[in-house]
Amino acid sequence: MNIELKKPSIPEGLWIKCISCNDTIYRDDYDEKFNICPNCNKHHRLDVTRRLEITVDKGSFKEYDADLKTVNKLNFPKYIDKIELLEEKTGLKEAVVTGECKINKNKAVIAIMDSRFLMGSMGSVVGEKITRAIEKATAKKLPIIIFTASGGARMQEGIFSLMQMAKTSAALKRHSNAGQLYISVLTDPTTGGVTASFAMLGDIILAETGALIGFAGRRVIEQTINQQLPEGFQTAEFLLEHGFIDKVVNRRELKDILSKTIEIHKGGKR
Amino acid sequence: MSKLKKTPWEKVCIARKADRPTSLDYINLLFNDFIELHGDRNYKDDKAIVGGIATFNNIPVTVIGQQKGRNTKENIERNFGMPHPEGYRKALRLMKQAEKFNRPIICFIDTPGAFCGLEAEERGQGEAIAKNLMELSDLKVPIISIIIGEGGSGGALALGIADKIFMLEHAIYSILSPEGFATILWKDSKRAKEAANVMKITAQNLYKFGIIDEIISEPEEGAHEDIEFVAERMKKQLQKEIKHLMKQNKNQLIKTRYEKYRKMA
Repeated sequence: MNIELKKPSIPEGLWIKCISCNDTIYRDDYDEKFNICPNCNKHHRLDVTRRLEITVDKGSFKEYDADLKTVNKLNFPKYIDKIELLEEKTGLKEAVVTGECKINKNKAVIAIMDSRFLMGSMGSVVGEKITRAIEKATAKKLPIIIFTASGGARMQEGIFSLMQMAKTSAALKRHSNAGQLYISVLTDPTTGGVTASFAMLGDIILAETGALIGFAGRRVIEQTINQQLPEGFQTAEFLLEHGFIDKVVNRRELKDILSKTIEIHKGGKR
Repeated sequence: MSKLKKTPWEKVCIARKADRPTSLDYINLLFNDFIELHGDRNYKDDKAIVGGIATFNNIPVTVIGQQKGRNTKENIERNFGMPHPEGYRKALRLMKQAEKFNRPIICFIDTPGAFCGLEAEERGQGEAIAKNLMELSDLKVPIISIIIGEGGSGGALALGIADKIFMLEHAIYSILSPEGFATILWKDSKRAKEAANVMKITAQNLYKFGIIDEIISEPEEGAHEDIEFVAERMKKQLQKEIKHLMKQNKNQLIKTRYEKYRKMA
């Protein structure tokens, strides 16, 4: 079950509670496949497994670089312990999974970030996996789709984390120069160094309904300017209004939009 | 090179000193005929970034730098060296212009970070930085970046994609300010000193990591003690590297730059 949904104590299993609207929902009414609240339309966060399920054709996913492991280059105290604990908890090795897949029969390279893993933060392994995926897409002349979900930089990796922004952006430039399509799909939350690199570089930038998207954290901005921020600040809808994304998408329609977009870039349906 | 070893926190304090030489101080000492050019052609002129054309040893160059003020009045005008999106867009405009006219680019990095504010978000701070990173990786003229004071996060990196990166002996370059780092990891900004130690933000650390290429010496207590001494050393390094980089063919230059960042992290 999704981490964001709390089960109330009684009656067991029949009811779940949406953390967004606080409504108690009869489980049978809840859209577990897409993890969307039927009451408030909140698109709750998805883990990699679920995201794959609703995005790629069954059995089509072939993972890249599954074994890349985190190195503690700064000798940051207890960092590796933390990573190992998260591995155990999430079944993931890092905050992104990359690979090749088919989306309604269209071949694509895909990268999916998972915010359960240290808030999806970008360290060397995350940056390297994404860069390698982009490079493979360039070599194989395939589109790349990146689902972002990240709090930004991986503090424990210091300057190496910062350099991932440069590395991923440079790889995308080569992919772009090769005339290939990049679609970024911004999901809740997309902030900091991920926003300031590959998230904002899509030929086409989609965002899920209601997703938090921004560069600086809300609290940091409030401290800087010493005032309250308006309602809806840094949501997908806010970015759409300001001209920084192409489209806000309901998760149920995402797969079709992705496949149609890929088809149009191949010169229409064949 | 100063004889006494400074702690990371001492370097943070030196890098932030009010009388630490700024980008314009170095620009005036190193270049001839500097003509400042303004504006991003889209929204406004961001005074936290200065840029323009000049000559260096009779070679036409484009010069860009983050600009702090020396006092409160100047700092308000310069927004404490924290650029808005239009600052990064101005920088990119001038860099594209340099590419068109085949001029090498020299960038001076000195910022606590990109500005964190309502309007910066509305105008796409993330997009502005991202676009610079992407375009600079493929710009077909030599780029040299010099970190002269604070190199704060993505806001610094947006002028820091270069073929050669120099750093002043007491400058710092980091993923976030030590205060911000301590707040995020330990929920306590007062542990900034401790953060400065674990973050590995000094020129000496970054040289060992291969993030920067050269360290430029400073007087004992910092560049403000003798800016001409520092500028002279900077000039020597620039002479050597510009000559070398200008000899490379464009494809080789771009390929080497890509591999530099590919290997770095």
